[in-house]
Amino acid sequence: MSLNFFRLSLMFLLVFSTSLSAQGDAAAGKSLFNANCAACHKLDKKMTGPALRNVEARLAETEGLDREWLYKWIRNSAGLIKSGDAYANKIYKEYNGVAMTAYPQLSNTDLDNILAYTAEVKATPVPVPVPVGAQSVSNGGDFNNSLILGALALLFGLLAVALVVVNKTLRRFANEKGLEIKEEVKRPSLWKAFAQNQFLIILTVIFLLLSSAYFVYGYLSQIGVNQGYEPVQPIHYSHRIHAGDNGIDCKYCHSSARVSKHSGIPSLNICMNCHKSISEVAETTATPEYSKEFYDGEIKKLYEAVGWDDAEQKYTGDTKPVKWVRIHNLPDFAYFNHSQHVVVGGIECQTCHGPVEEMEIMSQHSPLTMGWCINCHRETNVKVKDNNYYTKIHEQLKKKYGVENFTIAQMGGLECGKCHY
Amino acid sequence: MKNLKHITIVLLILVSLVSCQKNSRPNYEFMPNMYKSVGYEAYQESDAFANGVESQLPALGTIPRGYTPFDIDNTNEGYELAKTTLVSKLDSLSIDTARGKELYNIYCGICHGNKGKGLGKLVKREKILGVPSYADRDLTIGSTYHTIYYGKNAMGSYANLINEEERWQVAEYVLKLRSDLKK
Repeated sequence: MSLNFFRLSLMFLLVFSTSLSAQGDAAAGKSLFNANCAACHKLDKKMTGPALRNVEARLAETEGLDREWLYKWIRNSAGLIKSGDAYANKIYKEYNGVAMTAYPQLSNTDLDNILAYTAEVKATPVPVPVPVGAQSVSNGGDFNNSLILGALALLFGLLAVALVVVNKTLRRFANEKGLEIKEEVKRPSLWKAFAQNQFLIILTVIFLLLSSAYFVYGYLSQIGVNQGYEPVQPIHYSHRIHAGDNGIDCKYCHSSARVSKHSGIPSLNICMNCHKSISEVAETTATPEYSKEFYDGEIKKLYEAVGWDDAEQKYTGDTKPVKWVRIHNLPDFAYFNHSQHVVVGGIECQTCHGPVEEMEIMSQHSPLTMGWCINCHRETNVKVKDNNYYTKIHEQLKKKYGVENFTIAQMGGLECGKCHY
Repeated sequence: MKNLKHITIVLLILVSLVSCQKNSRPNYEFMPNMYKSVGYEAYQESDAFANGVESQLPALGTIPRGYTPFDIDNTNEGYELAKTTLVSKLDSLSIDTARGKELYNIYCGICHGNKGKGLGKLVKREKILGVPSYADRDLTIGSTYHTIYYGKNAMGSYANLINEEERWQVAEYVLKLRSDLKK
């Protein structure tokens, strides 16, 4: 108890003293830091620029540089380097000559606030309490259900016993009164009667043949259809997090869907556009099924494949290909072009690929059979609006079919040679 | 007894047929040689090349047809050079704001915000921090193009996502957003 109190008071003192020495508002500093510095600096990790936790104290200790130097550096680092300042040149070279943006607009108070924020003691992560309530509720539900079921079973058991008892007593009464209970007349068994009836047998055979044909047909027609195919990928990439929660456009990563036949697997440099600065997921990203550690491990796999040294913040040049497993794959005898559908047809990706933004593990939503293609071509109207180049032919087609809107099929979308050649 | 044996065999066959359909592996095909391409498909593994994949980089020193090399270097000096000397390849008639906007919203808006204020969805969710508003930065069409081409600091290169003409359209749209913000 006394130890705890001691610790607490020590912490309080520490926080108080640091905020006193920094003479700034750490909260205001945080928002300034996030708006201006965080693109290149983190508090505890090297990024484009150095880690900034306790930068002022560190510089004063190791280099003998004061706050005035920091003011000068932040407002005009290029000028400081030119003036021949030794440490300015050293740090500039250490970070491969990346020029820091000058911030002449930040006042002394702003800078004091930012420095106060960097001088804050690192908060130790508070262990998230396990949501006991949620679990006990679901458990309670299960418990209730089994209780009700058990009670019902008991009730039926009692009823059955009661019936047997009643039957027995009635028989005893009948015996005592000298009544004879008539035994049933022996008839030929049901099976024998059935075997002797030829009409019934023929009917059954026809029924069996038809039903087995139905199942065989069903089995044969699902061969080659991969609806629901959900392979295990080398890196657990969650579309739910990227496209759903963070709302990244499909075409951001699958950019070749705009311009080519393929919708393309994004190359790893596209992952690194964001994951250069996102090396771990937030606590809130983790789900009961997949923990934060799991997701962080998957980001590590990405770094390993692309050859990114996260501690040094540079590429090692040692890359490995990621062997993604292809999910959507049309047979070679069918031609399909993404740009034709995405750009020209203006069809949403979700029309064919389903609610990808909700999929934790990517799976094939549509059957991708010919019937499925043809059906859509029959039902979908061509977008003729604002398509001036084809106005004339669109008018002719409308006249030919006597309709206001004509479908892809009416424009020739059912011709074999459109997809098979 | 014999009947029982027959029934078990039929059941076993049925069960094995059903258990073949698993979601973690692809289904059977009728005629695999009609399904699989004889020619190489995109990203296919292949032992024709030393590194074992079908897609290869163009031979060193060659450029694709219709492609213009970008001569300015990825350095601070290159950035300054682009800022002062590089001018747009688009004339006033070929600037397509609608397309520039569409591309900007796909590739840039997620961080820079659809209005260019630096408040994209990833910034609002505190995934990526410190994205500046275009109004606070000294931009020219040349520096914007240089940044799209090579990236800058934490921002990566977008040269492989959008082609040359599209990059200019986006750069024009960025400057349009900036002038709108400055109003």
